[in-house]
Amino acid sequence: MTGRLQSPLARGLLACAALAAVLAVADAALHDLFAQNPFGAPKAAQAPQPEAGGLIGWLLAKQSEFYRQMSSTIRAAKSDGSAVWTLLFISFAYGIFHAAGPGHGKAVIASYLVANRETARRGIALSFASALMQSLVAILIVGISAWILNATANTMCKAEGVIEIASYALIALFGLRLVWVKGRTFIRALQATQPVPAMAGVPHDHDHGHHHHDHHHHDAHDHHGHNHHRHDHGHDHHAHDHHGHDHVHDEHCGHSHGPTPSELAGPGGWRRGFAAILTVGIRPCSGAILVLVFALAQGLFWAGVAATFLMGLGTAITVAAIAVVAVSAKDIAARLSAGRDGGGALFMRGIEFGAAALVLLFGVGLLFGYIAAERTTCF
Amino acid sequence: MGMRVLFGLLLAAAMTLVAGAASAHPHVWITATSELLYAPDGSITGVRHAWTFDDMFSAYAVQGLESKTKGAYTREELGPLAQTNVESLKEYAYFTFARADGKKERFQEPVDYFLDYKDTVLTLHFTLPLKNPVKPKQLMLEVFDRSYFIDFQMAKDNPVKLVGAPAGCQMKLDRPSDGSATAQKLNEQTFLNGENSNFGMMFANKITVDCP
Repeated sequence: MTGRLQSPLARGLLACAALAAVLAVADAALHDLFAQNPFGAPKAAQAPQPEAGGLIGWLLAKQSEFYRQMSSTIRAAKSDGSAVWTLLFISFAYGIFHAAGPGHGKAVIASYLVANRETARRGIALSFASALMQSLVAILIVGISAWILNATANTMCKAEGVIEIASYALIALFGLRLVWVKGRTFIRALQATQPVPAMAGVPHDHDHGHHHHDHHHHDAHDHHGHNHHRHDHGHDHHAHDHHGHDHVHDEHCGHSHGPTPSELAGPGGWRRGFAAILTVGIRPCSGAILVLVFALAQGLFWAGVAATFLMGLGTAITVAAIAVVAVSAKDIAARLSAGRDGGGALFMRGIEFGAAALVLLFGVGLLFGYIAAERTTCF
Repeated sequence: MGMRVLFGLLLAAAMTLVAGAASAHPHVWITATSELLYAPDGSITGVRHAWTFDDMFSAYAVQGLESKTKGAYTREELGPLAQTNVESLKEYAYFTFARADGKKERFQEPVDYFLDYKDTVLTLHFTLPLKNPVKPKQLMLEVFDRSYFIDFQMAKDNPVKLVGAPAGCQMKLDRPSDGSATAQKLNEQTFLNGENSNFGMMFANKITVDCP
């Protein structure tokens, strides 16, 4: 609680800093989006590149290794049942390495978690649910089109292409909604910092006392110029006030009620999470489709199904780890900025808004082909 | 503690996301052989590729195709698929990039294309004629996928052939040995000339032909 900022100038600076941070994140993302355009200008050289190249190179080598073992293992499983265990292990390992490498799904999940102030626990649940859905979609596509209808790869690939476009559009829509909600909250937080000079003389001894109160809902105060807005910063980092209804609660001026646990874990909470699961999970992994079709061609479709689920499990573990890192980073940022009074709240709204913007950027970038994260190539 | 720490954290978070989106990973592996075709006057007229797909992708590609003999596909039965292949490849500039004495050269649409299926793998054969035949001192040909959805490896034996080349022409092949080592090497090079820094470049096969 040291650097308490009271002058309007300092608050203005903080607001600018928050904006700059958001812009920096967005800019970095944009840069990357456009650099990925295969027909765009070459990417400018960046200092940290060699390390990233080395690490990504290693991840790529590992996952290629596992992936390439899959076909021979499925072949072996035809005559030797014990090869199935090897197949399951390889699939699981592939899933872990595959997800640790590049991909847009986890970027969307991480951004969503930060934007929506979700808990690590929900992040893990979302990761597993979306990976499970991804596996199921892949199995359904191959099961229906290849197994039942005996469609050609070209037909299947076109179906995949349609799903791909739909999933990118979903990400963009999802991002748009997040930006709308978080943008409004952010603007309110910005406005809330304005009348501060008038409050400068109000004592705020109680700043510290609320740190461990779980269910204070401070959003209601953010945009108010009245005395209570001094409470804001103390609660920001509580993982409990993370629901997507800010705009609803913002209307309840002065009501200091927080979300009840049932609101978060109950059906409403899951309905919210379902949008994220659907957005990320509807797009099947090309690798899973290939493995399934290959297994089908070998007359071992069930082995492909098992491999797909194990891949999904491996993917989920890695994505969950990334989700936990994202949520923890945000929580630490919230704790640090808590010492910044109203500016801290503003800062966090800024981060949330930035994360929301990232989801939108990913969606638009994928939709218009700026990111070729996992292109469906119909040969 | 303070803003600087926050910025550090934010940067770290941003880097994680950016690294996440930075690049793709291969799902298709191609073992390639390439022939450089020369006219009697010593100019280069085009490239003839033979690309063998990995068995997983091959099984995927022939899924649902009708064939007289189960598990065997004739050139005719694979005709429509070959057609689709070369048509789709156009969007990716056939993953083939030529420079004659440093100047970019373009290719026409493929001719003489067909697929054959042997030992459970598909091989796509096609010829890319150069728009304008060239007679450079140095020809550089690169085969790679910028987005690295496809991993290209030149074949172990006879990866590159010069067909009808004038006497005294020297061919050199630079392979992407493995991801990390090549990435390091190329990045040092990247700092020097400031270009060629596309991610997929790290996995490029570079054929250089010097003629007197």
